[in-house]
Amino acid sequence: MRYQRLGLNLVSHLLLAAGCGLFFLPVWLAFTASTHSMSDLYTHIAPLWLGDVGLGNYVQLLSEPVSGLNTGMLRLLFNSLVMATGIAVGKIVISVLAAYAIVFFRFPFRRLCFWLIFITLMLPVEVRILPTYEVVANLHMLDSYSGLILPLIASATATFLLRQFYLTIPPELVEAARIDGAGPWRFLKDILLPLSKTNLAALFVIMFIYGWNQYLWPLLITTDADYMTVVVSLKRMLTTGDALVPWQDVTATAILAMGPPILVILLLQRYFVKGLVDAEK
Amino acid sequence: MAYFQRSHFTPWLLLAPQLIIVSVFFFWPAWQAVKQAFYIEDAFGLSQQFAGLSNFIAVLSNPNYYSVIWTTVVFSLSVALGAMSIALFLAVLADRVIKGASTYKTFLIWPYAVAPAVAGVLWLFLFDPSLGLITALLERLGIEWNHNLEGGQALLLVILASVWKQMSYNFVFFLAGLQAIPKSLLEAAAIDGASPMRRFWTIIFPLLSPTSFFLLVMNSIYAFFETFGTIDTVTSGGPGSATTTLVYKIYQDGFVGQNLGTSAAQSVLLMVLVGGLTFIQFRFVERRVQY
Repeated sequence: MRYQRLGLNLVSHLLLAAGCGLFFLPVWLAFTASTHSMSDLYTHIAPLWLGDVGLGNYVQLLSEPVSGLNTGMLRLLFNSLVMATGIAVGKIVISVLAAYAIVFFRFPFRRLCFWLIFITLMLPVEVRILPTYEVVANLHMLDSYSGLILPLIASATATFLLRQFYLTIPPELVEAARIDGAGPWRFLKDILLPLSKTNLAALFVIMFIYGWNQYLWPLLITTDADYMTVVVSLKRMLTTGDALVPWQDVTATAILAMGPPILVILLLQRYFVKGLVDAEK
Repeated sequence: MAYFQRSHFTPWLLLAPQLIIVSVFFFWPAWQAVKQAFYIEDAFGLSQQFAGLSNFIAVLSNPNYYSVIWTTVVFSLSVALGAMSIALFLAVLADRVIKGASTYKTFLIWPYAVAPAVAGVLWLFLFDPSLGLITALLERLGIEWNHNLEGGQALLLVILASVWKQMSYNFVFFLAGLQAIPKSLLEAAAIDGASPMRRFWTIIFPLLSPTSFFLLVMNSIYAFFETFGTIDTVTSGGPGSATTTLVYKIYQDGFVGQNLGTSAAQSVLLMVLVGGLTFIQFRFVERRVQY
Protein backbone atom coordinates (compact mmCIF):
# COMPACT_ATOMS: atom_id res chain seq x y z
CA MET A 1 0.00 0.00 0.00
CA ARG A 2 1.28 3.42 -0.92
CA TYR A 3 0.43 5.16 2.29
CA GLN A 4 2.67 2.91 4.33
CA ARG A 5 5.94 4.55 5.19
CA LEU A 6 8.99 2.41 5.69
CA GLY A 7 10.43 4.44 8.56
CA LEU A 8 7.16 4.47 10.45
CA ASN A 9 6.86 0.71 10.03
CA LEU A 10 10.27 0.19 11.53
CA VAL A 11 9.39 2.41 14.49
CA SER A 12 6.15 0.47 14.90
CA HIS A 13 7.99 -2.83 15.02
CA LEU A 14 10.45 -1.47 17.55
CA LEU A 15 7.70 -0.11 19.79
CA LEU A 16 5.72 -3.34 19.58
CA ALA A 17 8.75 -5.44 20.44
CA ALA A 18 9.45 -3.14 23.38
CA GLY A 19 5.81 -3.47 24.48
CA CYS A 20 5.95 -7.27 24.33
CA GLY A 21 9.19 -7.20 26.29
CA LEU A 22 7.86 -4.88 28.96
CA PHE A 23 4.79 -7.02 29.46
CA PHE A 24 6.94 -10.10 29.76
CA LEU A 25 9.40 -8.53 32.19
CA PRO A 26 7.48 -9.19 35.46
CA VAL A 27 7.19 -12.87 34.56
CA TRP A 28 10.84 -13.14 33.60
CA LEU A 29 11.96 -11.55 36.86
CA ALA A 30 9.69 -13.87 38.83
CA PHE A 31 11.21 -16.81 37.01
CA THR A 32 14.80 -15.75 37.58
CA ALA A 33 14.07 -15.12 41.26
CA SER A 34 12.59 -18.60 41.57
CA THR A 35 15.92 -20.11 40.52
CA HIS A 36 17.89 -18.48 43.36
CA SER A 37 18.27 -19.48 46.97
CA MET A 38 16.71 -17.23 49.58
CA SER A 39 20.01 -16.04 51.01
CA ASP A 40 21.18 -15.24 47.49
CA LEU A 41 18.06 -13.19 46.80
CA TYR A 42 18.32 -11.08 49.91
CA THR A 43 21.95 -10.07 49.31
CA HIS A 44 21.20 -8.19 46.07
CA ILE A 45 18.26 -6.65 44.33
CA ALA A 46 16.09 -8.92 42.16
CA PRO A 47 18.40 -10.83 39.79
CA LEU A 48 18.02 -10.42 36.04
CA TRP A 49 19.49 -13.80 35.22
CA LEU A 50 19.03 -17.40 36.37
CA GLY A 51 20.62 -18.55 39.61
CA ASP A 52 22.54 -21.58 40.83
CA VAL A 53 19.58 -23.44 42.29
CA GLY A 54 18.09 -23.99 38.85
CA LEU A 55 14.78 -25.76 39.18
CA GLY A 56 15.66 -26.94 42.67
CA ASN A 57 13.05 -24.71 44.31
CA TYR A 58 10.38 -26.21 42.09
CA VAL A 59 11.44 -29.76 42.91
CA GLN A 60 11.37 -28.94 46.60
CA LEU A 61 7.99 -27.17 46.36
CA LEU A 62 6.40 -30.05 44.50
CA SER A 63 7.81 -32.78 46.71
CA GLU A 64 7.43 -31.34 50.20
CA PRO A 65 4.33 -30.02 52.00
CA VAL A 66 3.89 -26.28 51.57
CA SER A 67 5.09 -24.50 54.71
CA GLY A 68 2.21 -23.62 57.01
CA LEU A 69 -0.36 -25.45 54.91
CA ASN A 70 0.15 -29.16 55.56
CA THR A 71 -0.69 -29.88 51.94
CA GLY A 72 1.49 -30.55 48.95
CA MET A 73 1.74 -28.19 46.00
CA LEU A 74 0.60 -31.01 43.71
CA ARG A 75 -2.61 -31.25 45.67
CA LEU A 76 -3.16 -27.48 45.32
CA LEU A 77 -2.56 -27.66 41.57
CA PHE A 78 -4.91 -30.64 41.33
CA ASN A 79 -7.61 -28.72 43.22
CA SER A 80 -7.25 -25.78 40.83
CA LEU A 81 -7.50 -28.16 37.90
CA VAL A 82 -10.65 -29.80 39.28
CA MET A 83 -12.23 -26.43 39.99
CA ALA A 84 -11.38 -24.93 36.59
CA THR A 85 -12.45 -28.00 34.63
CA GLY A 86 -15.56 -28.43 36.74
CA ILE A 87 -16.63 -24.85 36.18
CA ALA A 88 -15.87 -24.95 32.45
CA VAL A 89 -17.59 -28.27 31.78
CA GLY A 90 -20.47 -27.63 34.19
CA LYS A 91 -21.23 -24.23 32.76
CA ILE A 92 -21.07 -25.50 29.20
CA VAL A 93 -23.37 -28.45 29.88
CA ILE A 94 -26.12 -26.53 31.64
CA SER A 95 -25.83 -23.64 29.19
CA VAL A 96 -26.05 -25.81 26.09
CA LEU A 97 -29.28 -27.34 27.42
CA ALA A 98 -30.82 -24.09 28.66
CA ALA A 99 -30.00 -22.10 25.53
CA TYR A 100 -31.35 -24.95 23.41
CA ALA A 101 -34.65 -24.86 25.28
CA ILE A 102 -34.95 -21.09 25.03
CA VAL A 103 -34.16 -20.81 21.33
CA PHE A 104 -35.73 -23.93 19.83
CA PHE A 105 -38.85 -24.49 21.95
CA ARG A 106 -42.03 -22.56 22.54
CA PHE A 107 -43.60 -23.13 25.93
CA PRO A 108 -45.45 -21.17 28.60
CA PHE A 109 -43.31 -18.85 30.78
CA ARG A 110 -40.51 -18.95 28.23
CA ARG A 111 -39.88 -15.22 28.54
CA LEU A 112 -39.91 -15.42 32.31
CA CYS A 113 -37.29 -18.18 32.26
CA PHE A 114 -35.24 -16.12 29.86
CA TRP A 115 -35.22 -13.13 32.20
CA LEU A 116 -34.65 -15.21 35.32
CA ILE A 117 -31.49 -16.57 33.75
CA PHE A 118 -30.20 -13.38 32.17
CA ILE A 119 -30.65 -11.16 35.18
CA THR A 120 -27.77 -13.12 36.72
CA LEU A 121 -25.43 -11.40 34.25
CA MET A 122 -25.74 -8.26 36.32
CA LEU A 123 -24.42 -9.39 39.69
CA PRO A 124 -21.11 -11.23 40.00
CA VAL A 125 -20.50 -13.47 42.98
CA GLU A 126 -18.41 -10.80 44.71
CA VAL A 127 -21.49 -8.70 45.44
CA ARG A 128 -23.59 -11.41 47.05
CA ILE A 129 -20.65 -13.13 48.64
CA LEU A 130 -21.84 -13.34 52.26
CA PRO A 131 -25.31 -14.79 51.69
CA THR A 132 -23.90 -17.19 49.09
CA TYR A 133 -21.44 -18.34 51.72
CA GLU A 134 -24.30 -18.97 54.13
CA VAL A 135 -26.29 -20.90 51.57
CA VAL A 136 -23.30 -23.10 50.80
CA ALA A 137 -22.65 -23.58 54.51
CA ASN A 138 -26.29 -24.60 55.05
CA LEU A 139 -25.96 -27.16 52.28
CA HIS A 140 -22.82 -28.53 54.00
CA MET A 141 -20.70 -27.81 50.96
CA LEU A 142 -17.86 -25.86 52.59
CA ASP A 143 -14.51 -27.52 51.93
CA SER A 144 -15.75 -29.57 49.01
CA TYR A 145 -15.37 -29.53 45.26
CA SER A 146 -19.09 -29.02 44.70
CA GLY A 147 -18.95 -25.97 46.96
CA LEU A 148 -16.07 -24.60 44.94
CA ILE A 149 -17.75 -25.22 41.62
CA LEU A 150 -21.54 -24.93 41.77
CA PRO A 151 -22.00 -21.32 42.97
CA LEU A 152 -19.70 -20.09 40.20
CA ILE A 153 -21.71 -21.90 37.57
CA ALA A 154 -24.76 -19.84 38.51
CA SER A 155 -24.30 -17.17 35.89
CA ALA A 156 -25.64 -16.79 32.42
CA THR A 157 -22.58 -15.72 30.44
CA ALA A 158 -22.25 -19.02 28.59
CA THR A 159 -26.01 -19.36 28.11
CA PHE A 160 -26.09 -15.91 26.61
CA LEU A 161 -23.24 -16.60 24.18
CA LEU A 162 -24.73 -19.89 23.04
CA ARG A 163 -28.14 -18.30 22.57
CA GLN A 164 -26.57 -15.69 20.28
CA PHE A 165 -25.03 -18.48 18.24
CA TYR A 166 -28.16 -20.65 18.11
CA LEU A 167 -30.15 -17.71 16.79
CA THR A 168 -27.94 -17.69 13.69
CA ILE A 169 -28.83 -21.30 12.80
CA PRO A 170 -31.04 -21.20 9.70
CA PRO A 171 -34.62 -22.36 10.40
CA GLU A 172 -34.47 -24.58 7.31
CA LEU A 173 -32.05 -26.80 9.15
CA VAL A 174 -34.53 -27.45 11.94
CA GLU A 175 -37.29 -27.92 9.38
CA ALA A 176 -35.24 -30.44 7.39
CA ALA A 177 -34.32 -32.36 10.51
CA ARG A 178 -37.94 -32.57 11.56
CA ILE A 179 -39.08 -33.74 8.15
CA ASP A 180 -36.45 -36.45 8.30
CA GLY A 181 -38.00 -37.52 11.57
CA ALA A 182 -35.37 -36.27 14.01
CA GLY A 183 -36.65 -35.47 17.48
CA PRO A 184 -35.31 -32.69 19.68
CA TRP A 185 -32.61 -34.82 21.33
CA ARG A 186 -31.37 -36.15 18.06
CA PHE A 187 -31.24 -32.67 16.55
CA LEU A 188 -29.20 -31.49 19.51
CA LYS A 189 -26.77 -34.39 19.38
CA ASP A 190 -26.27 -34.84 15.64
CA ILE A 191 -26.67 -31.34 14.28
CA LEU A 192 -26.47 -28.56 16.83
CA LEU A 193 -23.52 -29.79 18.90
CA PRO A 194 -21.27 -30.55 15.91
CA LEU A 195 -22.10 -27.10 14.52
CA SER A 196 -21.16 -25.36 17.76
CA LYS A 197 -17.80 -27.08 18.20
CA THR A 198 -15.80 -23.87 17.71
CA ASN A 199 -17.99 -21.93 20.09
CA LEU A 200 -17.77 -24.63 22.72
CA ALA A 201 -13.98 -24.68 22.45
CA ALA A 202 -13.91 -20.90 22.87
CA LEU A 203 -16.22 -21.10 25.86
CA PHE A 204 -14.09 -23.80 27.39
CA VAL A 205 -10.97 -21.61 27.21
CA ILE A 206 -12.72 -18.57 28.69
CA MET A 207 -14.42 -20.54 31.48
CA PHE A 208 -11.35 -22.61 32.33
CA ILE A 209 -9.32 -19.45 32.83
CA TYR A 210 -12.15 -17.86 34.79
CA GLY A 211 -12.34 -20.90 37.06
CA TRP A 212 -8.62 -21.34 37.55
CA ASN A 213 -8.16 -17.67 38.45
CA GLN A 214 -10.94 -17.44 41.04
CA TYR A 215 -9.72 -15.96 44.29
CA LEU A 216 -12.34 -14.61 46.68
CA TRP A 217 -14.67 -17.58 46.58
CA PRO A 218 -12.14 -20.37 47.22
CA LEU A 219 -10.49 -18.14 49.82
CA LEU A 220 -13.72 -17.99 51.80
CA ILE A 221 -15.04 -21.49 51.63
CA THR A 222 -11.85 -23.51 52.05
CA THR A 223 -10.55 -23.68 55.59
CA ASP A 224 -9.23 -27.19 54.96
CA ALA A 225 -5.99 -26.85 52.99
CA ASP A 226 -6.82 -30.07 51.14
CA TYR A 227 -9.35 -28.11 49.10
CA MET A 228 -7.38 -24.90 48.69
CA THR A 229 -6.38 -23.76 45.21
CA VAL A 230 -2.90 -22.71 44.17
CA VAL A 231 -3.90 -19.09 43.50
CA VAL A 232 -5.25 -18.72 47.03
CA SER A 233 -2.19 -20.34 48.60
CA LEU A 234 -0.02 -17.43 47.37
CA LYS A 235 -1.47 -15.07 49.94
CA ARG A 236 -0.69 -17.54 52.73
CA MET A 237 2.93 -17.70 51.63
CA LEU A 238 3.17 -13.91 51.56
CA THR A 239 1.82 -13.49 55.08
CA THR A 240 4.86 -14.34 57.14
CA GLY A 241 4.46 -11.91 60.00
CA ASP A 242 7.88 -10.52 60.87
CA ALA A 243 9.88 -13.11 58.96
CA LEU A 244 11.28 -12.37 55.50
CA VAL A 245 9.03 -13.27 52.59
CA PRO A 246 10.39 -16.47 50.97
CA TRP A 247 10.34 -14.87 47.54
CA GLN A 248 12.02 -17.83 45.85
CA ASP A 249 9.03 -20.00 46.82
CA VAL A 250 6.42 -17.31 46.19
CA THR A 251 7.70 -16.58 42.69
CA ALA A 252 7.97 -20.30 41.90
CA THR A 253 4.38 -20.80 43.04
CA ALA A 254 3.29 -17.82 40.96
CA ILE A 255 4.92 -19.38 37.89
CA LEU A 256 3.23 -22.71 38.61
CA ALA A 257 -0.11 -20.94 39.15
CA MET A 258 -0.02 -19.13 35.83
CA GLY A 259 1.40 -21.97 33.75
CA PRO A 260 -1.71 -24.02 32.99
CA PRO A 261 -4.08 -21.17 32.01
CA ILE A 262 -1.38 -19.56 29.85
CA LEU A 263 -0.79 -22.89 28.17
CA VAL A 264 -4.50 -23.26 27.48
CA ILE A 265 -4.79 -19.76 26.03
CA LEU A 266 -1.76 -20.17 23.78
CA LEU A 267 -2.74 -23.63 22.51
CA LEU A 268 -6.33 -22.63 21.83
CA GLN A 269 -5.61 -19.02 20.91
CA ARG A 270 -7.51 -19.18 17.64
CA TYR A 271 -10.74 -20.26 19.32
CA PHE A 272 -10.24 -17.94 22.23
CA VAL A 273 -9.89 -14.76 20.17
CA LYS A 274 -12.79 -15.67 17.94
CA GLY A 275 -14.96 -16.67 20.87
CA LEU A 276 -14.17 -13.58 22.88
CA VAL A 277 -14.79 -11.11 20.09
CA ASP A 278 -17.82 -12.87 18.59
CA ALA A 279 -19.40 -13.25 21.97
CA GLU A 280 -19.54 -9.58 22.70
CA LYS A 281 -21.04 -8.44 19.41
CA MET B 1 -37.71 -20.08 13.04
CA ALA B 2 -39.04 -23.58 13.31
CA TYR B 3 -39.65 -24.95 16.75
CA PHE B 4 -40.11 -28.21 18.48
CA GLN B 5 -43.60 -27.70 19.81
CA ARG B 6 -45.13 -31.02 20.46
CA SER B 7 -43.09 -31.96 23.48
CA HIS B 8 -44.23 -29.92 26.45
CA PHE B 9 -42.05 -31.71 28.90
CA THR B 10 -38.68 -31.57 27.13
CA PRO B 11 -37.96 -27.82 27.44
CA TRP B 12 -38.45 -27.95 31.19
CA LEU B 13 -36.13 -30.90 31.43
CA LEU B 14 -33.54 -28.96 29.47
CA LEU B 15 -33.91 -25.85 31.56
CA ALA B 16 -34.04 -27.62 34.91
CA PRO B 17 -30.31 -27.79 35.71
CA GLN B 18 -29.70 -24.12 35.01
CA LEU B 19 -32.86 -22.96 36.75
CA ILE B 20 -32.12 -25.01 39.86
CA ILE B 21 -28.53 -23.78 40.14
CA VAL B 22 -29.51 -20.19 39.48
CA SER B 23 -32.27 -20.32 42.09
CA VAL B 24 -30.16 -21.93 44.80
CA PHE B 25 -26.94 -20.03 44.26
CA PHE B 26 -28.16 -16.76 42.86
CA PHE B 27 -31.71 -15.81 43.75
CA TRP B 28 -31.73 -17.26 47.23
CA PRO B 29 -28.49 -15.49 48.25
CA ALA B 30 -29.52 -12.26 46.52
CA TRP B 31 -32.80 -12.34 48.43
CA GLN B 32 -30.93 -13.07 51.66
CA ALA B 33 -28.66 -10.08 51.01
CA VAL B 34 -31.63 -7.80 50.59
CA LYS B 35 -33.30 -9.23 53.70
CA GLN B 36 -30.18 -9.04 55.86
CA ALA B 37 -29.72 -5.42 54.93
CA PHE B 38 -32.88 -4.63 56.90
CA TYR B 39 -32.01 -6.70 59.97
CA ILE B 40 -29.52 -6.47 62.78
CA GLU B 41 -28.00 -9.77 63.77
CA ASP B 42 -25.90 -10.47 66.83
CA ALA B 43 -22.40 -11.75 66.36
CA PHE B 44 -23.33 -15.39 66.83
CA GLY B 45 -26.22 -15.31 64.41
CA LEU B 46 -28.61 -16.37 67.16
CA SER B 47 -31.17 -13.62 66.98
CA GLN B 48 -32.31 -11.20 64.34
CA GLN B 49 -34.11 -7.96 64.79
CA PHE B 50 -35.83 -5.89 62.16
CA ALA B 51 -33.93 -2.66 61.88
CA GLY B 52 -35.59 -0.78 59.05
CA LEU B 53 -33.16 1.46 57.25
CA SER B 54 -30.73 1.76 60.14
CA ASN B 55 -28.07 -0.39 58.42
CA PHE B 56 -28.19 1.88 55.40
CA ILE B 57 -28.07 4.97 57.57
CA ALA B 58 -25.08 3.54 59.44
CA VAL B 59 -23.27 2.95 56.15
CA LEU B 60 -24.15 6.25 54.53
CA SER B 61 -23.47 8.40 57.57
CA ASN B 62 -19.95 7.04 57.91
CA PRO B 63 -17.51 9.46 56.23
CA ASN B 64 -15.15 6.54 55.67
CA TYR B 65 -17.65 5.07 53.19
CA TYR B 66 -17.34 8.12 50.96
CA SER B 67 -13.57 7.92 50.94
CA VAL B 68 -13.93 4.27 49.88
CA ILE B 69 -16.24 5.37 47.06
CA TRP B 70 -13.68 7.97 46.02
CA THR B 71 -10.89 5.37 46.07
CA THR B 72 -13.03 3.05 43.95
CA VAL B 73 -13.71 5.80 41.40
CA VAL B 74 -10.05 6.84 41.14
CA PHE B 75 -8.94 3.21 40.95
CA SER B 76 -11.51 2.14 38.35
CA LEU B 77 -11.01 5.16 36.10
CA SER B 78 -7.22 4.81 36.22
CA VAL B 79 -7.36 1.10 35.46
CA ALA B 80 -9.88 1.51 32.63
CA LEU B 81 -8.15 4.47 30.98
CA GLY B 82 -4.66 3.08 31.52
CA ALA B 83 -5.40 -0.38 30.19
CA MET B 84 -7.40 0.99 27.27
CA SER B 85 -4.93 3.61 26.10
CA ILE B 86 -1.94 1.26 26.20
CA ALA B 87 -3.95 -1.41 24.40
CA LEU B 88 -5.15 1.04 21.76
CA PHE B 89 -1.63 2.31 21.16
CA LEU B 90 -0.22 -1.20 20.70
CA ALA B 91 -3.20 -2.33 18.62
CA VAL B 92 -2.82 0.61 16.22
CA LEU B 93 0.84 -0.30 15.77
CA ALA B 94 0.07 -4.01 15.31
CA ASP B 95 -2.65 -3.17 12.81
CA ARG B 96 -0.39 -1.04 10.64
CA VAL B 97 2.61 -3.39 10.44
CA ILE B 98 0.53 -6.12 8.72
CA LYS B 99 3.46 -8.52 8.71
CA GLY B 100 3.76 -10.07 12.12
CA ALA B 101 0.51 -8.72 13.56
CA SER B 102 -0.56 -12.19 14.67
CA THR B 103 2.83 -12.89 16.23
CA TYR B 104 2.53 -9.76 18.31
CA LYS B 105 -0.97 -10.82 19.26
CA THR B 106 0.38 -14.08 20.64
CA PHE B 107 3.02 -12.21 22.62
CA LEU B 108 0.53 -9.76 24.06
CA ILE B 109 -2.47 -11.96 24.71
CA TRP B 110 -1.22 -14.21 27.49
CA PRO B 111 -1.51 -11.84 30.48
CA TYR B 112 -5.27 -12.35 30.11
CA ALA B 113 -4.74 -15.84 31.51
CA VAL B 114 -2.87 -14.64 34.59
CA ALA B 115 -4.99 -14.56 37.73
CA PRO B 116 -5.47 -11.08 39.24
CA ALA B 117 -3.97 -12.39 42.47
CA VAL B 118 -0.91 -13.72 40.63
CA ALA B 119 -0.54 -10.44 38.74
CA GLY B 120 -0.53 -8.75 42.13
CA VAL B 121 2.26 -11.01 43.37
CA LEU B 122 4.41 -10.34 40.29
CA TRP B 123 4.17 -6.58 40.75
CA LEU B 124 4.59 -6.82 44.48
CA PHE B 125 7.92 -8.48 43.82
CA LEU B 126 9.01 -5.73 41.40
CA PHE B 127 8.23 -3.10 44.03
CA ASP B 128 9.40 -4.99 47.09
CA PRO B 129 10.99 -2.42 49.42
CA SER B 130 14.13 -4.48 50.03
CA LEU B 131 14.80 -6.37 46.79
CA GLY B 132 12.45 -5.06 44.14
CA LEU B 133 14.05 -4.07 40.84
CA ILE B 134 11.87 -1.01 40.30
CA THR B 135 12.32 0.06 43.92
CA ALA B 136 16.07 0.05 43.33
CA LEU B 137 15.69 2.06 40.12
CA LEU B 138 13.47 4.58 41.85
CA GLU B 139 15.96 4.91 44.64
CA ARG B 140 18.62 5.97 42.14
CA LEU B 141 16.23 8.67 40.97
CA GLY B 142 15.88 9.79 44.55
CA ILE B 143 12.35 8.43 45.05
CA GLU B 144 11.73 6.56 48.24
CA TRP B 145 9.30 3.69 47.64
CA ASN B 146 7.43 1.93 50.40
CA HIS B 147 3.86 1.01 49.60
CA ASN B 148 3.41 -0.42 53.08
CA LEU B 149 3.52 3.12 54.44
CA GLU B 150 2.51 5.39 51.57
CA GLY B 151 -1.17 5.16 50.62
CA GLY B 152 -0.69 6.83 47.24
CA GLN B 153 2.10 4.45 46.27
CA ALA B 154 0.02 1.45 47.33
CA LEU B 155 -2.84 2.61 45.13
CA LEU B 156 -0.48 3.18 42.22
CA LEU B 157 0.95 -0.31 42.61
CA VAL B 158 -2.48 -1.95 42.58
CA ILE B 159 -3.42 0.10 39.53
CA LEU B 160 -0.25 -0.95 37.68
CA ALA B 161 -0.82 -4.64 38.37
CA SER B 162 -4.47 -4.38 37.28
CA VAL B 163 -3.62 -2.48 34.10
CA TRP B 164 -0.95 -5.01 33.20
CA LYS B 165 -3.41 -7.88 33.44
CA GLN B 166 -6.32 -6.15 31.68
CA MET B 167 -4.39 -4.69 28.75
CA SER B 168 -4.44 -7.91 26.71
CA TYR B 169 -8.23 -8.19 26.83
CA ASN B 170 -8.55 -4.67 25.44
CA PHE B 171 -5.84 -5.33 22.88
CA VAL B 172 -7.78 -8.28 21.39
CA PHE B 173 -10.88 -6.13 20.96
CA PHE B 174 -9.13 -3.05 19.63
CA LEU B 175 -7.17 -5.11 17.11
CA ALA B 176 -10.36 -6.81 15.92
CA GLY B 177 -12.05 -3.41 15.69
CA LEU B 178 -9.15 -1.91 13.75
CA GLN B 179 -8.97 -4.79 11.34
CA ALA B 180 -12.65 -4.30 10.56
CA ILE B 181 -12.08 -0.72 9.35
CA PRO B 182 -12.01 -0.70 5.54
CA LYS B 183 -8.48 0.00 4.34
CA SER B 184 -9.83 1.94 1.34
CA LEU B 185 -11.04 4.64 3.71
CA LEU B 186 -7.56 5.15 5.10
CA GLU B 187 -5.99 5.04 1.66
CA ALA B 188 -8.38 7.69 0.39
CA ALA B 189 -7.51 9.93 3.31
CA ALA B 190 -3.81 9.34 2.72
CA ILE B 191 -4.15 10.29 -0.96
CA ASP B 192 -5.89 13.48 0.14
CA GLY B 193 -2.77 14.23 2.14
CA ALA B 194 -3.90 13.40 5.68
CA SER B 195 -1.00 12.58 7.98
CA PRO B 196 -1.00 9.33 9.99
CA MET B 197 -1.88 11.32 13.13
CA ARG B 198 -4.75 13.03 11.42
CA ARG B 199 -5.99 9.74 9.95
CA PHE B 200 -6.04 8.29 13.44
CA TRP B 201 -8.00 11.10 15.09
CA THR B 202 -10.48 11.78 12.29
CA ILE B 203 -11.15 8.26 10.96
CA ILE B 204 -9.89 5.45 13.15
CA PHE B 205 -10.75 6.87 16.54
CA PRO B 206 -14.41 7.75 15.77
CA LEU B 207 -14.96 4.40 14.06
CA LEU B 208 -13.63 2.62 17.12
CA SER B 209 -16.02 4.35 19.51
CA PRO B 210 -18.45 1.40 19.82
CA THR B 211 -15.52 -0.85 20.78
CA SER B 212 -14.18 1.74 23.19
CA PHE B 213 -17.56 2.19 24.81
CA PHE B 214 -18.02 -1.53 25.27
CA LEU B 215 -14.53 -1.84 26.70
CA LEU B 216 -15.13 1.03 29.11
CA VAL B 217 -18.06 -0.90 30.59
CA MET B 218 -16.13 -4.17 30.75
CA ASN B 219 -13.06 -2.51 32.28
CA SER B 220 -15.13 -0.82 34.95
CA ILE B 221 -16.72 -4.13 35.87
CA TYR B 222 -13.26 -5.71 35.98
CA ALA B 223 -11.93 -2.93 38.21
CA PHE B 224 -14.94 -3.13 40.51
CA PHE B 225 -15.02 -6.86 41.08
CA GLU B 226 -12.21 -8.95 39.67
CA THR B 227 -9.39 -6.88 41.12
CA PHE B 228 -10.22 -8.19 44.58
CA GLY B 229 -7.44 -10.76 44.29
CA THR B 230 -4.89 -8.13 43.29
CA ILE B 231 -5.79 -5.86 46.18
CA ASP B 232 -5.84 -8.66 48.71
CA THR B 233 -2.41 -10.03 47.79
CA VAL B 234 -0.70 -6.68 47.32
CA THR B 235 -2.04 -4.43 50.06
CA SER B 236 -4.98 -6.09 51.88
CA GLY B 237 -6.77 -2.78 51.44
CA GLY B 238 -4.13 -0.76 53.26
CA PRO B 239 -2.22 1.11 54.40
CA GLY B 240 -5.10 2.51 56.41
CA SER B 241 -7.88 2.18 53.86
CA ALA B 242 -5.91 3.66 50.95
CA THR B 243 -6.66 0.75 48.62
CA THR B 244 -10.00 -0.37 50.00
CA THR B 245 -12.57 -0.49 47.21
CA LEU B 246 -16.30 -1.05 47.66
CA VAL B 247 -16.08 -4.80 47.14
CA TYR B 248 -13.10 -5.08 49.45
CA LYS B 249 -14.99 -3.23 52.17
CA ILE B 250 -17.95 -5.61 51.88
CA TYR B 251 -15.54 -8.46 52.47
CA GLN B 252 -13.78 -6.70 55.34
CA ASP B 253 -16.96 -5.71 57.16
CA GLY B 254 -18.75 -8.99 56.56
CA PHE B 255 -16.05 -11.62 56.99
CA VAL B 256 -13.32 -9.97 58.98
CA GLY B 257 -15.50 -7.63 61.04
CA GLN B 258 -18.49 -10.01 61.23
CA ASN B 259 -20.83 -7.08 60.77
CA LEU B 260 -23.44 -8.81 58.65
CA GLY B 261 -26.07 -6.09 58.52
CA THR B 262 -23.88 -3.26 57.28
CA SER B 263 -22.07 -5.59 54.90
CA ALA B 264 -25.39 -6.67 53.40
CA ALA B 265 -26.53 -3.05 53.18
CA GLN B 266 -23.34 -2.27 51.26
CA SER B 267 -23.99 -5.23 48.96
CA VAL B 268 -27.44 -3.87 48.19
CA LEU B 269 -26.08 -0.38 47.60
CA LEU B 270 -23.44 -1.80 45.28
CA MET B 271 -26.02 -3.85 43.39
CA VAL B 272 -28.10 -0.70 42.88
CA LEU B 273 -25.02 1.26 41.87
CA VAL B 274 -23.80 -1.31 39.34
CA GLY B 275 -27.30 -1.85 37.97
CA GLY B 276 -27.79 1.91 37.66
CA LEU B 277 -24.43 2.45 35.99
CA THR B 278 -25.05 -0.27 33.45
CA PHE B 279 -28.46 1.20 32.72
CA ILE B 280 -27.18 4.76 32.33
CA GLN B 281 -24.25 3.68 30.18
CA PHE B 282 -26.42 1.73 27.80
CA ARG B 283 -29.27 4.18 27.78
CA PHE B 284 -27.55 7.52 27.43
CA VAL B 285 -23.89 7.14 26.62
CA GLU B 286 -24.38 4.65 23.83
CA ARG B 287 -26.58 7.04 21.90
CA ARG B 288 -23.84 9.58 21.57
CA VAL B 289 -21.38 7.04 20.29
CA GLN B 290 -20.94 7.05 16.53
CA TYR B 291 -21.59 3.88 14.63
